[in-house]
Amino acid sequence: MLDAEFFRRWMTVTAASVDREAERLTALDSPIGDADHGTNLQRGFTAVRAALEKEPPATPGAVLTLSGRLLISSVGGASGPLYGTLLRRTGKALGAATEVSREQLAEALRTGVDAVRQLGGAAPGDKTMIDALVPAADALGDSFAAARAAAEEGAVATTPLRARKGRASYLGERSIGHQDPGATSSALLIAGLADASGPTGAAEAADE
Amino acid sequence: MKMLINVPETVVADALRGMAAAHPELAVDVENRVIVRRDAPVAGKVGLVSGGGSGHEPLHGGFVGPGMLSAACPGEVFTSPVPDQMVRAAAAVDSGAGVLFVVKNYTGDVLNFDMAAELAEDEGVQVAKVLVNDDVAVTDSLYTAGRRGTGATLFVEKIAGAAAEEGQPLERVEAVARQVNENSRSFGVALSAVTTPAKGSPTFDLPSGELELGIGIHGEPGRERRPMMTSGEIAEAAVDAILQDLTPRNPVLVLVNGMGATPLLELYGFNAEVQRVLGERGVPVARVLVGNYVTSLDMAGASVTLCQIDEELLRLWDAPVNTPGLRWGV
Repeated sequence: MLDAEFFRRWMTVTAASVDREAERLTALDSPIGDADHGTNLQRGFTAVRAALEKEPPATPGAVLTLSGRLLISSVGGASGPLYGTLLRRTGKALGAATEVSREQLAEALRTGVDAVRQLGGAAPGDKTMIDALVPAADALGDSFAAARAAAEEGAVATTPLRARKGRASYLGERSIGHQDPGATSSALLIAGLADASGPTGAAEAADE
Repeated sequence: MKMLINVPETVVADALRGMAAAHPELAVDVENRVIVRRDAPVAGKVGLVSGGGSGHEPLHGGFVGPGMLSAACPGEVFTSPVPDQMVRAAAAVDSGAGVLFVVKNYTGDVLNFDMAAELAEDEGVQVAKVLVNDDVAVTDSLYTAGRRGTGATLFVEKIAGAAAEEGQPLERVEAVARQVNENSRSFGVALSAVTTPAKGSPTFDLPSGELELGIGIHGEPGRERRPMMTSGEIAEAAVDAILQDLTPRNPVLVLVNGMGATPLLELYGFNAEVQRVLGERGVPVARVLVGNYVTSLDMAGASVTLCQIDEELLRLWDAPVNTPGLRWGV
């Protein structure tokens, strides 16, 4: 089972990988966006990490809703509301339980991803974060490792697509040939989830 | 790339501190990033709040003052502000007559202002929103996020600001803002890419012999790249792109807007060509504004915005305005 500490580790691990990958995210955002995706997410997850260290919430749901609210208050752009909504709605779906199973998390994540789809109006294939999150939420029912692989595959698969949402959509045909920065950062979030389960898949082993 | 900054992280805060020092008539909250006219809330007056990424100065903070915006929320460079800023701004300017959010059509701005409107209404502030989407370079809006908000934002903020200053009610100020947006169209060109402080190098590569047609205001490339054109050829491309979408029967307001790095010598020369083309196409011109108003950091280039007006809109356009970036009649 996954407890609040696991979820806090998920956010902390993700914050560290966003730090590490900020420049790559910004570079991906340069040709088709406005070159700030890495910087913006870094600012948000730094705020999340600081708050979770200061006052760690007691339940998995509370960790995610607090993190989501902080992202909305600190990131700005489209990423703030979209990532914030993803975590808040996933957290809300987990309710007040002190421990949840991976299957319950998969179900909650699906609720979160649906909320993001509704907010941004994006569907799979529009070259957005949805292209990494939808397959990841589906694969999470199998294992953390499968979710990680599905998100990464989904992100890479955005490269040949033409953007239909967000700033890249203004480039029309010229958005083709670039991997979507939002799908890429979403893959980092899901990789953080897999990493939080431990190098040996400890959480997963405990779950199964 | 050399920049007159300390470190990228403090660029927006440093600018706000400098703005506060230069404009004591504005209340600049550097920590919470809200710029408010000092006499707000004005009794019985609708509050006008706008905001968006920084890097477009004087938009929006430079348009705060009597006759235009009540408050502005600057985000990080090219990044929408967060809902907290907008809620704070709305609370600061609401006199009980309600608040109009002027929102440019970018996913981030739209989502954050939507969230802010909900939160402000929870706190008892009546909020209306108008979406500015004037950029004709975006054609297939059915499958994208829709047309971008660019130069027409200035027209909306000035004219709706004048209506609010007269004490018109929220529904009326909102209707005026919508009317201005629906009658406005823009088209922009870039002669160079921008350098954001965070990235420190140009966001895309634009060789010296080429230009980008149909750009927005965030340093993103346009719809099409072409060999460099003359000022007259660019004026024809811009005006014709607009007239394909708007057939003005009434006179128009004209904004010839610099993107930040193009000198006034070139902008005035470009305006001469824009006026020639408008004359040749039979479009009557009521007023002309030339300068750097809706900029894109250090981008070289310009945009043209036309707004078809009636007598009432012209009266509101001519009404006194007293802000750091736009001032007349006072």
